[in-house]
Amino acid sequence: MNHLLRSHAPITDSGWDLLDGEAKQRLAPALAARRLVDFAGPHGWEHSAMNLGRTEPLATSPQEGVSALRRRVLSLAELRADFTVSLAELADQDRGAQDVDLASLDEAAHRIAVAENVAVFHGWSDADIVGIVDATPHDAKPLGEDPELYPRAVAGAVELLLCSGIGGPYAMALGREQYRRVVETAEHGGHLLLDHLRKILDGPIVWAPGVKGAVVLSRRGGDFIFDCGQDLSIGYRRHDEQDVHLYIEESFSFLAATPEAAVALTA
Amino acid sequence: MGFDQYHEPPQELSAPTRTFARMCASLTEEAEAIGWYEQRLAVESDAEALAIMRDAQGEEFKHFSMDLEFLLRRTPLWREIARGILFQSGDIVEHGEESEARATGEQDADGSGGDGDLVGSLGIGRDAGSVR
Repeated sequence: MNHLLRSHAPITDSGWDLLDGEAKQRLAPALAARRLVDFAGPHGWEHSAMNLGRTEPLATSPQEGVSALRRRVLSLAELRADFTVSLAELADQDRGAQDVDLASLDEAAHRIAVAENVAVFHGWSDADIVGIVDATPHDAKPLGEDPELYPRAVAGAVELLLCSGIGGPYAMALGREQYRRVVETAEHGGHLLLDHLRKILDGPIVWAPGVKGAVVLSRRGGDFIFDCGQDLSIGYRRHDEQDVHLYIEESFSFLAATPEAAVALTA
Repeated sequence: MGFDQYHEPPQELSAPTRTFARMCASLTEEAEAIGWYEQRLAVESDAEALAIMRDAQGEEFKHFSMDLEFLLRRTPLWREIARGILFQSGDIVEHGEESEARATGEQDADGSGGDGDLVGSLGIGRDAGSVR
């Protein structure tokens, strides 16, 4: 048994299959950040830090005449989203019920996916994670509210990356409102805005809940690193007569190795 | 010919996935070369030519092994399954079934007794879904 303590939960094999399958289904569409950056790992729960290859001076050393440095690392952070499942619902699933109420799991999956996106794109100072938007040296460009003007802003961002020597293909993460505007808009002549933007980027456009505005970034590789310790997993907390209390958990850190490989577009 | 290793549109794949695909293609090519040298060695009678081809096949063994190790390092589940099969004596098929069950938690879906880091993981990794 590992730290997830799954064997302590009063859940059958088919119950676990249901919960794992539901979580995966709900998480996958919302996990925008890890699809657009380099994903390293998963390295396991015991992986605690990302090697930065850098040092910092130490004021003292144990012996006169000996200098000292300390290695710098980026510690991994743990995210956990709690949820509850009714034992009666799980028992019904074992009887063959197809409409098991997993609303609490669905909400937890969305929460942790959004948290991951926010950490990567907008940072998480307590965890020493500098997000892509804060890391980039490029001034944020206005995306505006009129989707007809989006191609100009996106083309400008791509041109800015090219000027900085950042090659493509490029991708764009869009916040919820911006994504909705893009998919519902047809330009003059009936061409889908979504297709037009994809052509400009030579790459994908991703729905990224948690992102404010949009971020255009290169996908050539090596620029942004998501270091995964334990990948998203379901663990057990406790149970009572009515419910089993579980959680979705992951550990990760994030490093913008080439901050200039992204441009933020503000809403 | 140059882009044959991609099964999906390359622009929709992340850089690590493209690298993974390239290394898979490389692994295939090394295995093919090993097979070709094996056949050539079987029919060649010139001792000097045989020596050169044995040396060349040795290079392919090395390349194949390096490719494989790279892929296993990037794919924890594959590595765990391979760990139970490679360099073991006994029944290969049996080891394969046991190793797969152990690595994927089939024998203990509730998490008891399986590998610490893989059991319970939703296995999402970098492939959280296709990008549009």
